[in-house]
Parts: sequence; structure tokens; C-alpha cells
Amino acid sequence: MSAEVLLEARGVSKRFGGLAALSSVSFAMRRGEIFGLIGPNGAGKTTLFNVLTGLTAPDAGEIRFAGKRIDGLKPHAIATCGIARTFQNIRLFGSMTALENVMVGRHLRSRTGVLGAMLRNRAARDEERSIRERARELLAYCGLTGRTDAIAGDLPYGDQRRLEIARALATEPLLLALDEPAAGMNATETTALRALLERILGDGITLLLIEHDMKLVMSLSHRVAVLDYGEKIADGRPDDVRRDPRVIEAYLGGTFA
Amino acid sequence: MNPGCRPWLRWALWAAIALLLLILPFATEALLGRSWVRILAVALLFVMLALGLNIVVGFAGLLDLGYIAFFAVGAYSYALLASPQFGIHWPVLVLLPLGAALAALFGILIGAPTLRLRGDYLAIVTLGFGEIIRVLLNNLNRPVNITNGPQGITLIDPVQIGGLSLAKTQEFAGLTFSAAHNYYYLFLLFALLTIVVSLRLQHSRIGRAWEAIRDDELAAAAMGIHTRNLKLLAFAMGATFGGVAGGLFAAFQGFVSPESFHLIDSIMVLCMVVLGGMGNVAGVVLGAVLLTALPEALRYIGPLQQRLLGEVLIDPADLRMLLFGLALVLMMLLRPQGLWPVRRKSQTAETADVS
Ligand SMILES: Nc1ncnc2c1ncn2[C@@H]1O[C@H](COP(=O)(O)OP(=O)(O)O)[C@@H](O)[C@H]1O
Ligand SMILES: [Mg+2]
Repeated sequence: MSAEVLLEARGVSKRFGGLAALSSVSFAMRRGEIFGLIGPNGAGKTTLFNVLTGLTAPDAGEIRFAGKRIDGLKPHAIATCGIARTFQNIRLFGSMTALENVMVGRHLRSRTGVLGAMLRNRAARDEERSIRERARELLAYCGLTGRTDAIAGDLPYGDQRRLEIARALATEPLLLALDEPAAGMNATETTALRALLERILGDGITLLLIEHDMKLVMSLSHRVAVLDYGEKIADGRPDDVRRDPRVIEAYLGGTFA
Repeated sequence: MNPGCRPWLRWALWAAIALLLLILPFATEALLGRSWVRILAVALLFVMLALGLNIVVGFAGLLDLGYIAFFAVGAYSYALLASPQFGIHWPVLVLLPLGAALAALFGILIGAPTLRLRGDYLAIVTLGFGEIIRVLLNNLNRPVNITNGPQGITLIDPVQIGGLSLAKTQEFAGLTFSAAHNYYYLFLLFALLTIVVSLRLQHSRIGRAWEAIRDDELAAAAMGIHTRNLKLLAFAMGATFGGVAGGLFAAFQGFVSPESFHLIDSIMVLCMVVLGGMGNVAGVVLGAVLLTALPEALRYIGPLQQRLLGEVLIDPADLRMLLFGLALVLMMLLRPQGLWPVRRKSQTAETADVS
């Protein structure tokens, strides 16, 4: 693994009224690693994701991605920089088909404008075809071949989670941020998910993973960071973090083994 | 419409539809009288309007209650520049694009400051905008007379094609083409154009982005969609359709006044979109035709009562509103997705919080 830093957050803070959802959180992710983000419910993990992807503006702090300041940028600009994400509470485009959901993910990597769409000229047709082809490939890649024309909102839970991944991959991210991708999945689905994540990593995409399934996150991640009440209380290799007294205390013998 | 996989069947179907549309005014005239040819032409204008609003409401999911203002902008820009009002008589080929551009500009002007608002709030602001335009048209006759106030603008130039005025009755191949016939064919051309444009936009990168915003704006933004620009684009595109329809309307009527652009007219167009099934182009066309024809058909109820009962018990105008309200209530109860829904909406509730 190269040691090149892909994402670096420094002193990121976010308050909601009187609640410090994030208190001066700093961490760095290297290109090509799986970075786990764990912590009890309400620790601020999702808020950190929202800040990283521009959905929530941080109150303080600095975020650099691929050498560029991204804090304060709009979500679409950050997506264009190469960060894609999934949502803890699945947020697919519910009335669109699985294929169309992934096609939407191609939006920022395509350029047909209103005129092209209306005239449906050569360039527009070619681009539309390549968008469709790429979307089909990604559905297959995520094991959703048979679901192409299903309405996204009607898919079973596990498929919806994988569809979110396919949609995110369509944006050609450098970094894929997954918010509890295994939530609600059964053992078989989780195994398939693990294989998928390893494959994505193998294809050169860096992964940021929030996950409550400790076995999954501890065995997959190269490094993990632990949030508790908005503060980062530990980070490092899974084995070291596992033994950290502050971490053990935060979890108080919960799901953490 | 699914004529199977045999291509000749498909072609036969399209040919039949084309033929039907071509003979429709004459068949209508023979069966229902000349006044119905006019109603057909008006229905086509409403098809354009409804398809324009459909881009905003149906595709992008932005509730606009002042849409008729763009129709007004198109109508008045045509009326002012092709009438004795200022003694200007520009040709239709200049005025329609101009009306479209002006309407688009208004769309962006109203959209830019308001698109941060959601749902109900956007609806209220657009409603206000619609009323402002009407009030302006009513009052821009003093101190300088621009719009001629409530009297409106008369003697608007008809559409001329190759020196031929569409307002004049023409004889051709033994058939009599009245002004209504002529405009029917012109409007048919424009309506078909708006249908094609709507369908192409819908099935493009732009249309998908609009629908993504409609389904989940936040997720759309996270997927790299510039939501503000695309919403502005939806406003501008919808306004463009309205502007063109407005110009055609002014030429057709030969007269415009602020009376044609009330809130109720915005709501009427919205009803066409909702009735037809928001987002579904064919459904919206159906909604526009039905809601134009239905009130006209109900006019016959008065004379019918007179003949059968000897007196008019229910005023047709009241009945119209009554049936209209009843139809909407029934729609909401039985077919909330419209007569021809775009797709089965999934059960998953939208979550407002970001998680
Ligand atoms: N938009 C918001 N407004 C107010 N409080 C919020 C908001 N988003 C999150 N919070 C609060 O911030 C804290 C961290 O939440 P979250 O980031 O979702 O935690 P996690 O994902 O680790 O479970 C929680 O106490 C939550 O209630
Ligand atoms: Mg969370």
C-alpha cells in the first residue's frame, strides 16, 4: 500500500444547537485502503460523512481531498472531485428503475445539454448509449443483473443497499464512503457484500466504511478510527484499536468483542 | 400503446393516428359544429401549456402555482409587438422566439431567488408572482400606456404564412378551412413538437436528473447533480413552452386582456398535469384535452334541462365547478397518481433527515 494521503480532515467540528456532533476531529486516509469508522450510535459518524460530502457545512476545520480543499464546497462539486457515498437510511430515487438510478450516477461524467437532448444528435445518442452500457455493467458488477428494470423502491432491502453502491460507483469515485452498508443484511448477503467491497478495493477505489458489524469492519479495514460523542478517541490498526481501553470503555461490553 | 413487435403494425397505427388528427377538425365540425373546431385548437394550446408545466411539476417536482404568468408574458409580448397598440407589426417568426426567450428569462428571474424554497413555500411565491404579472398588466396603462390596462389589446395581427393570413377562411380541394381550422393545424404542429421535445428531454441525462431531484433532491446533489441549475433549467424550459403558447394564443384570439391570466387558469393547467398523471407525457396530453373539452361539453346541460324539464334547474357554470371539484376529490381518493400514472411509486417513505 502506498502511503499517499487521499483525504485529510483537520479539526473538523460541527454543532447542532447545544450538541457537539463533531469536536475537532482529525484523521487521514491513504489511497487504496479501507478505512473503518466505528463508534456507538449517535457518535457523529454520519455527521462526519455529511460534512465530507458537503451535505452539512462544518463549523470549523479543514478538509483536503486529493490535494484540494473541499470543505465548504457544494455536494455536486465534491462528487465531481471524486467522493461518492451511500446513505444509512437508503436514499434511492424511488420511482425510477434500478438501471435509471445508476444512469443518474453517470450525470457528472457526461455532458449532453438541453439542445443535444432535444435534437438527439449523434453525440447525444452515443453518450446515452454509453451511459446505459456502463450502468448495466455496474449493475452486473454489484450482482443486480436481474433487477435492471425493477422500480428501485420495490427492491428487497439488500438489493437496495447494493444498488446504492452501484449508483455511487457510476460517478467514478476515487473514494467511496459507505454508511452502514451491511445494516439489515443477512449472513449470506453480508458475505456477498464483503466480496463486493474487496473487489471494489481491488479496482483501485479507496473505501471509507461506517459499519456496526464488528467482524466485518475489523477484518476488512486496514485502519479504523473510533468516534465517541463527537470525539475521535482512537485510530490505528484494528488489532490495536480493539485493545484500546478508551474504546472498550466507550462500547462497555456491547457488540464489541 | 404496444402494437407488439411487428413494425408494420406500428407504422399502420401511427398512420391511422396521423390521419385521424388531420381529419379531426372536419369530422368535429360535421358532428358538433364549427364552435368545436375552435375548442380543438384551444385544447392544443392547453396541451402545450400543460406539457410546459409538466416539466416543472411532473419532471422536476417543483410546485408552481403561477405558471399562467409565462403564458401571459408570451401573449403580451406578441400582442404589443404585433398590433396597433404601438403601431409595431413584427412577423411571427421573430415574435414567437422572442416570447419564448422572454418567458424563459422570467422563469429564471422568478426561479433564481425562490428555488431554495421547497414545496408549499415555493407554491406560495410562484402564486404571488403569477398575480403580480396580472396586476402589472392591469395597471401598466398609466402614466404611460403600455398594456392598455383592463381593456386589453385588440386587433392583434394573425399569423401569416407566406402572405396567407390564418385568420381568413380558405377554400382548398373543395374543403372550407375556417380560421379555427387553420389554427388547429398550426397548433397541432406546435403541440406535436412540444410532445417530442418533452419525451426527448425526459429520456435524457437532463430528464433523469430532474426526476432524481424530484425523488430525492439531497441524494441527487450527492450524486453530482447541480440541483440549483437543473431546477432553474426546468423553470426556464417550462416557461418557454408557456411563452410560445401565449404568443400563439394572442395571434389566434386577436385580443388579449389580463382576464385570461387568473390564478384559476394556473390551477386549471396544474389540474391537467395532475389529472393526467404527473410526469407522464401521454397522460398530461390526455388531461389537457379532457379538461378543455369537458367544461365545453357541460354547456349543453343547460339547454338539455330546458328541453327535458322545461326549466334550467342547475346553472351549467355551477355544475361545471361542482363536477370539477367532485372529479378532483374522486381522483385523489381513487387514483392519486393520475389517470395515467408515470410509474408505480414505491412505498418507501422519503426521509427528510440526512442519514
Ligand atoms: N440535522 C441534525 N440536527 C440536529 N441534531 C443532529 C442532526 N444530525 C445529527 N444530529 C445529532 O448528532 C449526533 C450524531 O448523529 P449521527 O452523526 O447520525 O451519529 P451516528 O451516525 O454515529 O449514529 C446525534 O446525537 C444526532 O441526534
Ligand atoms: Mg449514522
